[in-house]
Amino acid sequence: MEKPLTALIQPDGTPLDITGYERAGGYQALRKALTMTPEAIIGEVTRSKLRGRGGGGFATGRKWDAVPRGADAPRQRYLAVNADEMEPGSFKDRLLLEQTPHQMIESVIISAFAIQASIAYIFVRAEYVLSINRLVRAVAEAEAKGYAGANILGSGYALTIHVHASGGRYICGESSALLTALEGRRPIPRARPPRSASSGLWGKPSVVNNVETLCNVPHIIERGADWFLGLSHSTDGGTKLYGMSGRVKRPGLWELPLGTPLNEILEEHAGGMQDGYECRAVLPGGASSAFIMAADFNVAMDFTSVQKVGSALGTGNIMALDDRRCPVGMLRNLEHFFAQESCGFCTPCRDGLPWVERILAAIEDGEGRPEDLDTLARHTIFLGSDFTFCDLAPGAMQPLASGLKHFRAEFEQHISEKCCPWHDSAGGWA
Amino acid sequence: MTNFLVDGKPCSGKPDENLLQACLAAGLDLPYFCWHPSLGSVGACRQCAVKQYANEDDKTGHMVMACMTPVTEGARYSLEDPQAAAFRASVIEWLMINHPHDCPVCEEGGECHLQDMTMMTGHAYRSYRFTKRTHRNQNLGPFIKHEMNRCIACYRCTRFYRDYAGGRDLDVFAAHDHVYFGRHEDGTLESEFSGNLVEICPTGVFTDKTFSARYARKWDMRGAPSVCTGCGLGCNTTVNERAGEVRRIVNRYNGSVNGYFLCDRGRFGYGFVNAPERIRMPLVRGADGKQTAVSHEDAISHFAAMLGAGGRIIGIGSPRASLESNFALRTLVGAENFYLGFSAHEGRMLSLIANILSSRALHIPSLRDVEHADTVLVLGSDLPNAAPRAALAVRQAVRGAAFELATKANIPHWQDGGVRTVAGEALSPLFVATPATTRLDDIAHTALRAAPADIARLGFAVAACIDPAAPAVAGLSADLAAQARMIADALLAAERPLIISGVEAGEISMIQAAANIALALRARQKSVALMLNVPECNSLGLALMTNGQTNFEAALATPAALVIVLENELSRRTGNMAIDAALSAARLVVLDHSESPTTQRAELVLPAASFAESGGTLVSSEGRAQRFYQPIFTENDIGAAWRWLSDACRAAENNECEGWSTEDDIVAALADALPCFSALPDTAPSEDFRVAGCKIPSEPHRFSGRTAMHAGRNVREPKPPVSADSPFSTTMEGYYGGEVPPALLPFFWAPSWNSVQSVNKFQTEIGGALAGGDPGVRLLEARTEAALAYYTGVPESFAPRPDMWLAVMLPRVFGDEEQSARAAPIRERMTPPLLALNDKDAAMIDATAGQLLECEMDGELQSLVLEIQPKLPRGVAGVAGLAAKAHAMPAWIRITKAEPGTP
Repeated sequence: MEKPLTALIQPDGTPLDITGYERAGGYQALRKALTMTPEAIIGEVTRSKLRGRGGGGFATGRKWDAVPRGADAPRQRYLAVNADEMEPGSFKDRLLLEQTPHQMIESVIISAFAIQASIAYIFVRAEYVLSINRLVRAVAEAEAKGYAGANILGSGYALTIHVHASGGRYICGESSALLTALEGRRPIPRARPPRSASSGLWGKPSVVNNVETLCNVPHIIERGADWFLGLSHSTDGGTKLYGMSGRVKRPGLWELPLGTPLNEILEEHAGGMQDGYECRAVLPGGASSAFIMAADFNVAMDFTSVQKVGSALGTGNIMALDDRRCPVGMLRNLEHFFAQESCGFCTPCRDGLPWVERILAAIEDGEGRPEDLDTLARHTIFLGSDFTFCDLAPGAMQPLASGLKHFRAEFEQHISEKCCPWHDSAGGWA
Repeated sequence: MTNFLVDGKPCSGKPDENLLQACLAAGLDLPYFCWHPSLGSVGACRQCAVKQYANEDDKTGHMVMACMTPVTEGARYSLEDPQAAAFRASVIEWLMINHPHDCPVCEEGGECHLQDMTMMTGHAYRSYRFTKRTHRNQNLGPFIKHEMNRCIACYRCTRFYRDYAGGRDLDVFAAHDHVYFGRHEDGTLESEFSGNLVEICPTGVFTDKTFSARYARKWDMRGAPSVCTGCGLGCNTTVNERAGEVRRIVNRYNGSVNGYFLCDRGRFGYGFVNAPERIRMPLVRGADGKQTAVSHEDAISHFAAMLGAGGRIIGIGSPRASLESNFALRTLVGAENFYLGFSAHEGRMLSLIANILSSRALHIPSLRDVEHADTVLVLGSDLPNAAPRAALAVRQAVRGAAFELATKANIPHWQDGGVRTVAGEALSPLFVATPATTRLDDIAHTALRAAPADIARLGFAVAACIDPAAPAVAGLSADLAAQARMIADALLAAERPLIISGVEAGEISMIQAAANIALALRARQKSVALMLNVPECNSLGLALMTNGQTNFEAALATPAALVIVLENELSRRTGNMAIDAALSAARLVVLDHSESPTTQRAELVLPAASFAESGGTLVSSEGRAQRFYQPIFTENDIGAAWRWLSDACRAAENNECEGWSTEDDIVAALADALPCFSALPDTAPSEDFRVAGCKIPSEPHRFSGRTAMHAGRNVREPKPPVSADSPFSTTMEGYYGGEVPPALLPFFWAPSWNSVQSVNKFQTEIGGALAGGDPGVRLLEARTEAALAYYTGVPESFAPRPDMWLAVMLPRVFGDEEQSARAAPIRERMTPPLLALNDKDAAMIDATAGQLLECEMDGELQSLVLEIQPKLPRGVAGVAGLAAKAHAMPAWIRITKAEPGTP
């Protein structure tokens, strides 16, 4: 089984420096890419059926293709790498940034070349200090070797790469808010139209891609779309960094074929649940995805299959809810995060999420009322897409809506017993 | 027009509108918060949610925000959809989570958009049972009260203050449900447009601090359509009165003039009306030399006796008095003895402006026209200080480039976020040429600093670049020549070029240069507009009335037996020595509303009405004649100056003003006597105008306490006063509704719309003209056949003199205007007089910033604090905060350092 993304990770956790990376075949894809036309690169990536790994799952080739080309198109374009990994339960990009910084840099250069961007920003979560340090060093090494900067490898193509530490808000991971933050302004998602592809950073055509998404690009260029499609168990191409947290025996992160079944990840890779615990449900793709209940654990973890069971692949970083954990407490914790990270721009998100959080806290604390469940249910609809300005609140409602459906009895038990039934056991996450 | 269905009913809207605008224009009540006609849509509050259906068969539809949805042909929408209605009620419920239910003590109560929208959505009982978040309020200075707990985070305040008005010191801080709208620390809001926050805020976060001190509910105050007297722009205001006091001034929407916004001088400068230095009784100087109060009759007979005493009688008019009062004085003394109340220098400039504008060769822009100009040249005017509302309009004009980019990207202009994303910092060309920095420099393509004569030379050169037939400028520096070429090219490339100048810099040739540029563009078939700022609310009206030939300094040169001064403080117009010389031999009658050095030297003082105790007509710098109405009816002797004058006229058995009993009569006489005012009677409906036989009530129908208000003196209901000059009833009785002509709207109020947002019910299209046409009559509309020759007086280039500086006035928004400077809140914003010098010039006299300097101006020693302004041209001294000496500038002065120990 090939693991292109993680193949170069060293057992001791020290990333390869530029010579090590070159020796292992690094920057060969860039050399190849520079011999191709940007259109050919976009075509190859489109054929590879690479879809966004940050949660949205948008086809990367299509995203790039939307950037205006031709003589009339604005010359200045930007590539922004979304390395603002703040989705609760997700830590896959961090691994790539810390362990394979040169793979990241090579990906950025090829991708920027594909959309003919002359400036690229890597927008990194502020707490990822190690990532930032390693990226900064990798950029310097790449520039020294002529992989980045002016006239890259004699091709005439020039690219400046900036590593930008985020100011530290979850909303900066929303692609348009990320651009606004890069402009030095308050990170509030942008209204569409315009699309970032035609008018993004400083009004110029811009592409925002996730770290893991881009890290696939050199491999696609080097080994071809067909090879990439062959890596996957699904109709979309590539491998996926799956992660698992919760009371499993071996929490961690694994690069597996896209479409690996959920129970295989849980049982084989995470080693199953800790003794004495049963897995009741999982959030398959971070905190903004809906619960998958045990009956559906045989689902293939790809974009379409997970949707069919009512959830989303999201980041592919799975959180397990075991039978001794209070689902209300888990939701309370998650909604606390979302309420706190709302940017404060639109009403339902800004004022609805704190209310949701307080109701959940009240229920957890034994002060819930039967009508609270109606209020929560109303919020799961009125904080949905179309109702709110961006996808933060709709994402926040995913676990809550599915939780209300699947754990109704537990909610009602909290309210009727005026306490948390798990109170004396392991307690919630909060 | 675009046709679409709302709840099955056919509606139509303009294709460039959004659904919210279209619904409001169609008379539908759709609630909203974050949208504003002037600010566009951002989709933040989610209050205007409606259902949109893909086609006839789509029964589920999807939720859209009306403000973010372009109306499309054949589209189907529903406001009544149960889910949409429930969601809108939910939005209110969320907003109410933290909103304190303090309406009874909130100054917004009764005219609160949040109250209206809450009622409109039907949300009544909240189910939220947890604690509310609270904020600390800030002291934002003398104008604005801050109560952040009421905030519903609609973002309109920061969008207005920063994005629309260019302010920097109000922002949004923090995140999630802790977002905080304020300054980074307590302190006075810097923008001269901060007062608009009071009306932009949909609830009571930002309220009028000056009003707070003498607060009344909206329904408890009489409203009178008025015109701001703060500068020459003629912004429309509503004056609110209760118990004989002006309580506040609010914006009165006029789509062609001020739109939704006023400046702070206009909004907060009304305090002089209520001030103790008001003259409320006629005063006659007795044998003891003291002025003592006399009765109305005694005052008139005294005046008549003075008129009958023989000798030369002259009248000095006033640029801050109404046309009617000036005309009455002119009639009383005879046209040949009527003199402008301008200083000699200002008189020359205003006479020039009157000549240029009344030639009708050039289009004078309305403020709305200014907003739509695509290239602007400001020649010598410090707009943000001298004519702030015009600066705000220029700020919108430069956004034209952004809207062009938006059009290319297929983004509707109302979609504010999208426009700003696409356009970034794109600005249409604005060129500012002034001696000192201005608060428009931040949006200027080029901000040029030069001495007034050099700015004029630049202007002449621009005109010569545009049209070779215009007089050329000899010996122009290469630098100025290049600038002139660049500006000329930009103006020629424009479709709607605009030239702005005015009297502020005190340079007559600058005004001529501005006219030449406009004439040159006209010769090149450009649709050009020329805006010439005048300093006072009726400067242009007065200049037109007298053809600007006779300033009063000329009049004083020949001794007169009797001098009648109308609403004028002469020491602001000329040197005190000149006044002493002229008036020592003459008897003096002064009609004015507040005590001044001029009233103090009068033999007879008559208590003239301010804008609040009488009606009248003013002509703005646009040449727009506008009527203001009387909100205060008191029992004292304060009366319109024209009434005092016509009473005296009659008492002196002069029959010139025989038929004048109402304002309509004198307006008719004026229109008859002076052809340029022939359209004056069309300014507003006549006194006998009625709707369904009824007068227009100046008090809202819910006005309370009219029998209780005077119960301390009289328990019976007094007979209500009668407004003799207008179709207003002074009480709540009468007709108020859709048929009230726009010039007569005493307040904006519509069913379900109690706040200022109700203005949308009075417009033909949302954000457009008022139904029935924007009030006012443009007297000086351009004519294609009209002609004006080029001015040829190109000045010599500025030559600094050794050991001397050319003192030029630097306008200040707060303090320069005589009447508003009497208001306490304005006084708090005034800064001490200062003298600005270039850093090298300051070094020449070895002076440092903050040091006290002395100079002689107008025969008086002035002590001024030095401010270093490195951008100021060498040899020029900027003098700010000394408006009373504006008549003495520009002038060459010597500057010395004050001796240590001098105060």
